[in-house]
Amino acid sequence: MKQFLLFVRKEFYHVFRDRKTLLLLFGMPIAQILLFGFALTNEIKNSKVVISDQARDEASQQIIGRIEASRSFDIERVAMNQAAVESAFKSGKIKLAIIFPANFNEDLMHHHNAKIQIIADASDPNTASTLTSYASAIIMDYQKDLLKTYSLAMNIHTDVRMIYNPELKGTTNFVPGVMALVLLLVCVLMTSVSIVREKETGTMEILLVSPFNPVLVVVAKAVPYFFLSLINLTVIIILSVTIMEMPLNGSVVLLYFESSLLILTALSLGLLISNNTDSQQTAMLISLMAMLLPTMIFTGFMFPVENMPKPLQIISNVVPSKWYYIIVKSIMIKGLGLRAIWKETVILGGMALVLLLISFKTFKTRLQ
Amino acid sequence: MRILKHLLRKEFRQIFRNKAILRVIIMLPMVQLLIIPLAADYEIKKINISIVDHDHSPYSQKLAAKIIASGYFRMNDFSPGFASSFQEFQKDHSDIILEIPRDFEKSLVRENHGGLFIAVNAINGVKASVGSVYLARIISGFNTEIRMDWLPEQRVNDFPSVGIETLNWFNPHLKYPFFMVPGILVVLVTMVGAYLCALNIVKEKEVGTIEQINVTPIKKYQFILGKLIPFWVIGIFVFSLGFFAVAMGVYRIVPQGSLLLLYGFLAVYLVALLGLGLLISTYSGTQQQAMSLAFFCMMIFLLMSGLFTPVDSMPLWAKWIARFNPVTYFIEVMRMVVLKGSGFKDIKNHFLAMTGFALVFNVWAILNYRKTS
Repeated sequence: MKQFLLFVRKEFYHVFRDRKTLLLLFGMPIAQILLFGFALTNEIKNSKVVISDQARDEASQQIIGRIEASRSFDIERVAMNQAAVESAFKSGKIKLAIIFPANFNEDLMHHHNAKIQIIADASDPNTASTLTSYASAIIMDYQKDLLKTYSLAMNIHTDVRMIYNPELKGTTNFVPGVMALVLLLVCVLMTSVSIVREKETGTMEILLVSPFNPVLVVVAKAVPYFFLSLINLTVIIILSVTIMEMPLNGSVVLLYFESSLLILTALSLGLLISNNTDSQQTAMLISLMAMLLPTMIFTGFMFPVENMPKPLQIISNVVPSKWYYIIVKSIMIKGLGLRAIWKETVILGGMALVLLLISFKTFKTRLQ
Repeated sequence: MRILKHLLRKEFRQIFRNKAILRVIIMLPMVQLLIIPLAADYEIKKINISIVDHDHSPYSQKLAAKIIASGYFRMNDFSPGFASSFQEFQKDHSDIILEIPRDFEKSLVRENHGGLFIAVNAINGVKASVGSVYLARIISGFNTEIRMDWLPEQRVNDFPSVGIETLNWFNPHLKYPFFMVPGILVVLVTMVGAYLCALNIVKEKEVGTIEQINVTPIKKYQFILGKLIPFWVIGIFVFSLGFFAVAMGVYRIVPQGSLLLLYGFLAVYLVALLGLGLLISTYSGTQQQAMSLAFFCMMIFLLMSGLFTPVDSMPLWAKWIARFNPVTYFIEVMRMVVLKGSGFKDIKNHFLAMTGFALVFNVWAILNYRKTS
């Protein structure tokens, strides 16, 4: 035990004496949570929209007034034909064009049938469909108000309540996701690299011929990163509650417990990677190239998992951050207790255990 | 020139001898390019709904049937009480609860109005608003239907109606892979290029072989060119493989614009990117440092590039970061040229900005590279 503590101390020295890495270790998560918490949103705002009003009459002006009042658009009024719209799309200047034909008011009031053309740059399908549906909603609203003057019977009114996030803020969804992403990746990267470095510089050989149990050498390596990650977690939680205005409705103790599970999983994964590689370059390639994008995608905070094709939904189950993301949402936003998330907890714990076992099993005490 | 040739030979040999890394840098991007676009789909298709029916009337059942028939919703549970549905809601099994009150039908027929209660899980704000709009549209359709049943004399075209004609240009079927594949390819090429370049030099530092090069008459620019050119070639290769084999072969994306223009931009982009890799490596002493730094840059580049979330929606300061992010420019150019067929005129500014990046990164890296430690 005393030996083990000595080794842990050695590892702490390793970490603390490398100032640049230490700075990154703490700076990175903070910068990322701030940056992404504020900047990432899947809402569509401030998109450039051109309105070409060939009618210039009462009805078209009224609708345009309503569209201008919406904050989703950044509107410019220019007369444009379809060819002009196409070249504006090509240069990327605008995302949507709304065209009112001549005699709009007359068509509407006398023939009871008027047409508005909405042309979207669908090379970005999400922006295109969102903007189109925003614009259509505004036009339908106008239509509804127009009909109010004609009395209608049997009205159904709906009372809609947005639960957990009444202001529909993007951060509520993204912050737990970024937390999962940052904790997982930083841990995996740091552990795998620090072990492989000893292999590469040759000091691993010295450790392996010492009377000390080789498995404990590796475990000692993971300890500092475990504590550093807990500190990181604390900073992240404080930032997201104070600056990002995330709610923290559930138990903090539970949140720490679940986070420890994720960190453990990440550390074991790092261990496993380092067992199977012998250069830092390969270790880094695997822990980043192979993990960055898939983790980002399969955690589910960017793209809803239930939208994915079935095989990918199954794959997403092996991504630890997905479970952690569900857990963080349940604890922080919904304020639920362990009873509601025991399944996710068991899965995460199981992952940590299995990975740990495999990495101990594959740990080689001999160098080639 | 001869010195450069020898340096190049050394670098290529170094790269080709490490088969493990070579496999990783070619296989990984291709596999990811194949899989990720399938997952990166914002379209909200199946919303899970819980319907709490206190009314049990023909109308409430008709409404429920209409909601399911719309195809947007999947019935999670149809329960008599709110409490049990709310449990499903807490577990994320259902996204929306529709509560139909007792005497919904009666009050609609007798008093001419009826109310419904809708609770939406708004943690994902976009999904929540889209879901509630779908539901509102179905309810209003239902409303029109029952109105017609009761009051057949009210005909639709007695009211002024605005028709909306929607046109989706460049991608009429709103296919997500068309949008995602070019962007993801850029990110993968970026990762391969920046990592390899940054790591390669730092490795020489860490192992000590850089000392041997520093004591030779090799000039700084020769050394740096010797490092840049091999990775530039690899970058072009990975891009072409991804573009022709995966984007065109598998996803059937037909580039609308000129390939020459695309490759011209790629050439400049890779110079800028590799310059950044060099810069990172001049600032770090160990591979771990280089890697964390490259990782940090990569995450920011990736998430602030408009690949997944639109740059337009970011706050102003974040837009500035996006403007100083080379990846943003290349993703925009890829999407413009490949999907919309934009010409040189349209991406002139992108070219200028990228040339600027290339100059700044490389000059900075050369100035910062010291032959003495």
